[in-house]
Amino acid sequence: MSDALSDGGSDIQQDDSHEDVMTPAELIAKLEEAWLNEKFSPELLENKSEVVECVMEQLTHMEANLQRVKKGDAKASIHHMEIDRIRFVLSSYLRSRLWKIEKFFPHVLEKEKSRGEGDASLLSPEEFAFAKEYYANTETYLKAVALKRMPPNLQTVDMLQSVPEPCLDSFVFLRVKERQENILVEPETDDQREYVVDLEEGSQHLMRYRTIAPLVSSGAVQLI
Amino acid sequence: MFCEKAVELVRELHRMSDGQLPAFNEDGLRQVLQEMQTLYEQNQRDVNEVKSEGRADLIPSIKLRHCCLLRNQRCLTAYLYDRVLRIRALRWAYGSVLPGSVQFHMCAEELQWFSQYRKSLASFMRSLRDGGLDITQDMKPPKSLYIEVRCLKDHGEFEIDDGTVILLKKNSQHFLPRWKCEQLIRQGVLEHVVS
Repeated sequence: MSDALSDGGSDIQQDDSHEDVMTPAELIAKLEEAWLNEKFSPELLENKSEVVECVMEQLTHMEANLQRVKKGDAKASIHHMEIDRIRFVLSSYLRSRLWKIEKFFPHVLEKEKSRGEGDASLLSPEEFAFAKEYYANTETYLKAVALKRMPPNLQTVDMLQSVPEPCLDSFVFLRVKERQENILVEPETDDQREYVVDLEEGSQHLMRYRTIAPLVSSGAVQLI
Repeated sequence: MFCEKAVELVRELHRMSDGQLPAFNEDGLRQVLQEMQTLYEQNQRDVNEVKSEGRADLIPSIKLRHCCLLRNQRCLTAYLYDRVLRIRALRWAYGSVLPGSVQFHMCAEELQWFSQYRKSLASFMRSLRDGGLDITQDMKPPKSLYIEVRCLKDHGEFEIDDGTVILLKKNSQHFLPRWKCEQLIRQGVLEHVVS
């Protein structure tokens, strides 16, 4: 029992039913990485439903274990705290994704539509269902209150044009995890020329999101 | 001046501080729609005249009216959409049941939007795992398991995880698990005592 509860969960290793070799500590690190990236990137990133599912499982498991602990055990409250913290990170991660979906819903859905066969979807099935419902709901609402009472040629609104797009030119802080060479930086002003930089491992930078967006999704840099 | 009413609607929301929901301006909405109707009819008439009598001199005014129509449409949708965003924020702040004073400020369609949004959000959270995960909780990183709270209103009995029932009476102070109080704090029933 105390074994299964010790340090944030050396527990999954023993009774993990599926075959990934990730340790709980690695799993939580993965979740934190995804969480920070999602929190600081201006656009919606690819969903990490695998990580989310594993963490969910882990949480359920830890909560179940905690139920069996005697009341007043000092260890229990430490574990409870740990559960709370993991749950916070997880909720916060899902929350920031949901907020972006709501904020950019027409663009998110458009991207989903134009996605090629075989490309991984940005949205998890649940998120996709939510986005579709949100779109339909908002459209119905606008129609019911105002649009249907407008002159016939003005009864539709192009959502893609009316709802702001994510601003990919915003600046983000990042830490480099794998050395990168020859990153092309676009000029800021007219009298500047574009130039290339090398990103050393472990160094930190402030750059436009657009420049390093592919590196974020490949995991070579971490937004901070 | 054309569009004045529509811009006034947008300004009305803009003047409100963040998160406040003013009463739905049914009257303003109707006036803008009326103006649009008038503009549209005038345009139809002029378009017909241009076609039948070849009066090209009317084209600029048609264009002007059309621009006004578009602007009116844009302002109205902006007004409505911004309200929806505010209502959305209320769902996260107050939980799935809105206080009566807020509902009073919403029009029927907005209430409908809200209940649909509530449903979508609930089914999203339910689908996350068995028993659901309420992501409207845990808004701030947890610092400690239990927190000291003071009751600001009479709230009646309140059950905590281990089955103990406590009475939340005005001005009483309690030491409660944080995850049980978060929502009550946001609703203004409890106050986090920081000392």
